[in-house]
Amino acid sequence: MSTVHIHTTVNGDPVDFLSEPHTSLLNVLRDKLDLTGSKEGCGSGDCGACSVMLDGELVCSCLVLAPEAEGRRIETIEGMAQEGQLHPLQQKFLDLGALQCGFCTPGFLVAAKALLERNPDPTEEETRYWLAGNLCRCTGYDKIIRAVMDTAAEMRQERVSA
Amino acid sequence: MSGVLEKQELKIVGTRPVRPDGADKVTGKAVYGGDYHLPGMLWGAVLRSPHAHAKIISIDTRKAAALSGVKAVATHSDFRESDDSDEINAGETMIDIDAAAQMCLAKDKVFYDGQPVAAVAATSAEIAAAALDLIDVQYEVLPHVIEIEDAMREDAPVLHDDMFTQGMPETPKTASNVSMRLEKITGDADAALDDADVVVTRRYTTQMVHQGYIEPQSCVASVSADGQAQIWCSSQGAFMVRSVAAAITGMNLSDLRVVPLEIGGGFGGKTTIYLEPVALVLSRKSGRPVKLALSRDEVFRSTGPGPGTIMELSLGATKDGILTAAVMDLKYQVGAFAGSGCGAGVMHALGCYRIENTRVTGCDVVSNMPSTNAYRAPSAPQAEFAVECAMDEIAEQLGMDPIELREKNGVKPGDPSFSGAPLGQVAFMETLAAAKSHPHYSAPLGPNQGRGIAAGWWVNHGGESTVMVSINEDGSAVVATGNPDIGGSRASMAMMAAEVLQIPMQKVRPIVADTASIGYSMLTGGSRTTFATGRAVCEASAEVVEILKSRAAMMWGVEPDQVEWHDGEARCTAPGSDEAPLGIKQIASQTAKTGGPINAEIVVNPHDALPTYGVHICDVELDRETGHVSVVRYTAVQDVGRAIHPSYVEGQAQGGAVQGIGWALNEAYVFDANGRMDNSGFLDYRMPVASDLPMIDTLLVEVPHPTHPFGVKGVGEVPIVPPLAAVTNAVSHAAGMRFFDLPLTPDRVYAAINSQS
Ligand code: FES
Ligand code: FES
Repeated sequence: MSTVHIHTTVNGDPVDFLSEPHTSLLNVLRDKLDLTGSKEGCGSGDCGACSVMLDGELVCSCLVLAPEAEGRRIETIEGMAQEGQLHPLQQKFLDLGALQCGFCTPGFLVAAKALLERNPDPTEEETRYWLAGNLCRCTGYDKIIRAVMDTAAEMRQERVSA
Repeated sequence: MSGVLEKQELKIVGTRPVRPDGADKVTGKAVYGGDYHLPGMLWGAVLRSPHAHAKIISIDTRKAAALSGVKAVATHSDFRESDDSDEINAGETMIDIDAAAQMCLAKDKVFYDGQPVAAVAATSAEIAAAALDLIDVQYEVLPHVIEIEDAMREDAPVLHDDMFTQGMPETPKTASNVSMRLEKITGDADAALDDADVVVTRRYTTQMVHQGYIEPQSCVASVSADGQAQIWCSSQGAFMVRSVAAAITGMNLSDLRVVPLEIGGGFGGKTTIYLEPVALVLSRKSGRPVKLALSRDEVFRSTGPGPGTIMELSLGATKDGILTAAVMDLKYQVGAFAGSGCGAGVMHALGCYRIENTRVTGCDVVSNMPSTNAYRAPSAPQAEFAVECAMDEIAEQLGMDPIELREKNGVKPGDPSFSGAPLGQVAFMETLAAAKSHPHYSAPLGPNQGRGIAAGWWVNHGGESTVMVSINEDGSAVVATGNPDIGGSRASMAMMAAEVLQIPMQKVRPIVADTASIGYSMLTGGSRTTFATGRAVCEASAEVVEILKSRAAMMWGVEPDQVEWHDGEARCTAPGSDEAPLGIKQIASQTAKTGGPINAEIVVNPHDALPTYGVHICDVELDRETGHVSVVRYTAVQDVGRAIHPSYVEGQAQGGAVQGIGWALNEAYVFDANGRMDNSGFLDYRMPVASDLPMIDTLLVEVPHPTHPFGVKGVGEVPIVPPLAAVTNAVSHAAGMRFFDLPLTPDRVYAAINSQS
């Protein structure tokens, strides 16, 4: 099988890799680039555990072929905390106990960050629908939804006072 | 340690600190089963049966073995020949080694679609997958059977020709698919039913459901040339993995070290193993580390779900609402081998209530589906679903409030338990009262809405645990346990240790040790960890405090009983002493002069776990045009003993409730005409998502366990018990007719309400 040489930016750094044409972006991230924060819960686009940003769009990386990432900007959970500082969503998930096993957590955080970038003031219903592609079997979603909405409120507050 | 500490004395227990393993879990650093890899590692893949029932005539692996890049091939013949009697205690279930081996690699027959038949290890996942296509398996396809009643028919295909129903007065001479029968009788149930003022007689069914943990099973095994081996995997118990993997492959326990990685959910499903023995064999044969991981499709088709049931129940009461009689028959669909069955169902069915005359019978029926395994309060939700639906009908017939009916009959401390021994400090009454006075219970309902309530209980377990608490030179502490942290147990362990040591929680680092680094601990299951392992943490911490006091005494030249421990420091109470207090750091830094390192290892094996009770209130709205049911408000009230970290206790109640809602409304295994699973993915096996649900309110009722240092009772399992009936009762009220069969999918509900009108 012929491999393809791919150039991307991952969490701000230029990253090149070789990949089979049919390999998923998720498998490249996990197996070639050692970025195992993105998880595989299904491999079929149904659980959201593999959520990453591709050129600013939320995608399931298990549904993206590695060659599709050519020349594009990838952001993963590993890039969410900046200079050792947790993103407010990460901190809020910890403060409210919005994770139990934590396996779904990277996917939820990436998806929630995408929501707040697009809609800084989501209703509970909007939050629930935006996150409907992310499965969590442990928490019943209650604390996750609260964490996202609380973070949104705090970030709005900061913007006002800044 | 003696006596339960009063709540007002507590500084840390009952607060909500950030969990010690939290930062790694929100940044993607935490290493789960699938995240581990080693240099030179090979990728394994498993060939599975496409048939629901077949004899294996031959397996030819020569072409696969010859493929470039393939380093090893394995079949059942690579396992040790096991004794029929080999069994390993896995907490809520026993693991039969012969059956467990066949679920790793089939022996001479396959019993379900997806059962592993052969495995390969190769230099890449692609080559391993290509090699599977080169394995030639010849099958003789046999007739298969899925449903309970079909499997019980005289002319049904018999799965195991050595299965003779256990538990009969006389063991039958012919083999059948009924692996065991059970009966529990008190009083004269038939006569009491005849005398009852109201009797509800119904037949209920539930379907096989999966635990649905989001992390598929995954492991890496590495066997060295001298036969010593290591496994890195996620599971509910590294010691369980070690026992089962060693038994199947014929290893000494001391040659196998199992390192627990983070676990992405288990709910009972990871109390046994499907991959590790295969990875060991492949690694032994190839001389290289081997990784094996399941896909989601493989998780559904080849790991153990929870059983489906058919249940018949007659429940009788006086016109004053006193339950007098119950006759119940439970049939559990346990899958290919005698798996997680009716035992706990028979035990739990009527356990919320005092009923003088009862006869409960149960049986386990095997059929051609994956062998069942524990699923959160295994076997209790089904049986209690039937009872709680019937209770609702009795209340309705008597015109009585359903909580009041339960209050009239609910168990209290001192009432006889299932075994006959009096119940300890149970808090069912307090839980019912809390539900009754919750604002949700009296809130008005909208059009097409209905409210249901249901109770539930779970027995909870204790069992063996080892804990080591060590004090570092700087006065900080390490707490090592052998129990994987599924949902925040590191936090509760650290909090209990910090409370006893009287130091800040951030100075206590909890770790989950591997099987060579701590003594045996039973797996995380049965809601036992915070109770039993937590007790060991408290005892070890208390012993460390005694050592610290004696070291301070030595440093001061006084008697140990002239030292008190307050706020993490020793204070001298010797008459006339004006010594300044010695902090934990000062004592810990002097150990070379006072007798060496300060640590304590404690083993426990408590048998006095207390059952816990839940009462759930559910409001649904029914769309009469489509039959779709949405849950619009939900409250879970639960007796928790004492919540160490309330956020994670609430989380257990919320997560359990939502799993139960999924069980009630959506989830079921579906098989095609050939006995192959038709919905082996999350799109078609529809678990609840965020947009399906409202917030899940919780109310924790704290009636402490009298002999646990902090009053802990098991909390993790009971919340999945009430929702099945709470949802069903709510739908029944919204629709104005009764429902008996789960799941309450829109097509079913639509058909029912339309056939009525
Ligand atoms: S792994 Fe990509 S959506 Fe589940
Ligand atoms: S926290 Fe376990 S799946 Fe979400």
